[in-house]
Amino acid sequence: MAEKTPRTMFEKIWARHVVAVGPGGHVLLYIDRHLLHEGSTHAFGRLERAGRRVRRPDLSFATADHYVLTSPGSPAPDTEIKGMIESLTRHTAAQDITYFGVGDARRGIVHIIGPEQGLTLPGVTLVCGDSHTATHGAFGALAFGVGSTEVEHVMATQTLWQRKPTVMRITVDGRLGPGVGAKDVILAIIAQIGAGGGVGHAIEYAGSAIRAMSMDERMTVCNMSIEAGARAGMIAPDETTYAFLEGRPFAPRGDRWAQALADWKALPSDPGAVFDREVALDAGEIAPTVTWGTSPQDALPITGRVPDPAREGDLARRQSMERALAYMGLTPGTPLTEIQVDRVFIGSCTNSRLADLRAAAKIVQGRRAVVPAWVVPGSGLVKRAAEHEGLDEIFKRAGFDWREAGCSMCVGMNGETAREGERVASTSNRNFEGRQGMGARTHLMSPAMAAAAAVTGRLTDVRTLGR
Amino acid sequence: MQPFTTLTAVAAPLDLPNVDTDRIIPARFLRKPRGARGYATFLFHDVRFNADGTEKPDFVLNRTPYREAKILVTAENFGCGSSRDMAVWALDANGVRSVIAPSLGDIFHQNCFKNGLLPVILPGAVVADLRKQLRERPGATITVDLEAQTVTAPDGAAHRFEIDPFRKQMLLTGRDEIALTLGYESAIAAFEARHAAETPWLIA
Repeated sequence: MAEKTPRTMFEKIWARHVVAVGPGGHVLLYIDRHLLHEGSTHAFGRLERAGRRVRRPDLSFATADHYVLTSPGSPAPDTEIKGMIESLTRHTAAQDITYFGVGDARRGIVHIIGPEQGLTLPGVTLVCGDSHTATHGAFGALAFGVGSTEVEHVMATQTLWQRKPTVMRITVDGRLGPGVGAKDVILAIIAQIGAGGGVGHAIEYAGSAIRAMSMDERMTVCNMSIEAGARAGMIAPDETTYAFLEGRPFAPRGDRWAQALADWKALPSDPGAVFDREVALDAGEIAPTVTWGTSPQDALPITGRVPDPAREGDLARRQSMERALAYMGLTPGTPLTEIQVDRVFIGSCTNSRLADLRAAAKIVQGRRAVVPAWVVPGSGLVKRAAEHEGLDEIFKRAGFDWREAGCSMCVGMNGETAREGERVASTSNRNFEGRQGMGARTHLMSPAMAAAAAVTGRLTDVRTLGR
Repeated sequence: MQPFTTLTAVAAPLDLPNVDTDRIIPARFLRKPRGARGYATFLFHDVRFNADGTEKPDFVLNRTPYREAKILVTAENFGCGSSRDMAVWALDANGVRSVIAPSLGDIFHQNCFKNGLLPVILPGAVVADLRKQLRERPGATITVDLEAQTVTAPDGAAHRFEIDPFRKQMLLTGRDEIALTLGYESAIAAFEARHAAETPWLIA
């Protein structure tokens, strides 16, 4: 018998979910997990008007994260949003879908609670009407974001017509230096391959620096795959993954756990598997990283200076830089550490897990925030765990606002936005024009770096604060 | 879904790379149902209008004759970022039926197909030349022929583009994709039975 062709993890998961092959190589792909949020109410409405039902309510799970306020009680900010939340509550009840709603401690950002509840498992296909769904790929799942039209399709059929993407492996070998974490790694990757570098690809992150990361950190890396253009990002499951999942409410138990574990151990890419593209980074060369512009690819080590468009040879790139600098209100050549900030946001599906809050609290302890600063935990359970450790007290004593779970100022759909012209040190994922509010200026960075900015009032190399 | 066959229309050039879907439609409008009053004004809202609602004269779609554009010719990675298909709805509300680009954000690309808008990928040099022609001859038209898979430039040159046959057929007919998939019910049910036997731990 001929030896089996080595396969990538992506290929293994894909092959296992093909329901039918359609014209032109499109396949009907089965979806194991469908996560929903208030934004899914558009799709629920259309489904209802078409007289259709959710095919697999037992594989669908909903929460309220994008639109609720993160003030006490997580209220709706206005009647329109109140209507959306009521609609989500009504539709999930009518379709018999598990709903982690307001008042439930398990409520939180959809990409935080999927893994937290053990819904996200190795080898599954998982989709959600949100581009940061790649977060779940940290468990060795094929997870990607879809638009609301595709949300409706999954509701009705539990499948999607998909064309197979190509697969890129990004290998990060070596040891990260002190003060350098997962956020710095992914920002460095995006800076290297560009905001469109991953278009048409699923990314597998590999290498010793990735293997050494906790699940919280791996999720930060996979989360921003879309900022490199890739719809999916994934990391092979290993002992770290299994230890995280075992005993979670929706994770398999007993014999099924043993059965699942045996299956999961065969998921990682085979030795010799061929990737369509390979990229490598040296972990030791990655510094604490911040963005200066209006695309996540505009990222530099904190030791750098605001770049000069005049030195850019490519005309389109130069014009793009000039526009970004004008929007950001920055002068070429300014050391990044001289940029004053007006506000700090620690939160979002990128960086609101317990490890993130611990990293920020470590910097904040015994210091004072000199600008308005928010901490928005990713879920009610993250908040509770952080409070159990006393992290909330560290933040509150330092003058931070300790808030309820939600997407909040990452996307500002609930009205929690920065003011025009305000400069925000943010642990979120997008520094687009207007993302955190009309005219707001976003610098992306790690939780430790955002905490450092909060206590100094400017972009700061966390390594100089001596912790 | 509205079918797409062929279109000859004024095209507008957008030269910036990495135009994200937050810029195409800011997040605060996403709660509105498709077709809500004023939906057309959500498109590029914050770069197209001043705070008082007046138009910013320098924005391309505010200039005659680009105002009439039904085709956008963009730079690379147009539609990157958020998965919001409201970006497509807002283009559609303004009569835009096709986007020609060297590359598109993956999710936006999918959302176009599923909402009756034709995304056309052509080599970067060809697209840059199209934008140059549109700037030099404002109001020039482009013809996009889906059946023939060609884009005819203002200078008369025809450029062939590739498109997945499945997506092409769906756009040409405007067929409801969910109705199509429901026709695969027996295959889905058979898959589910096999999948449940092979991976029983997946049933939560």
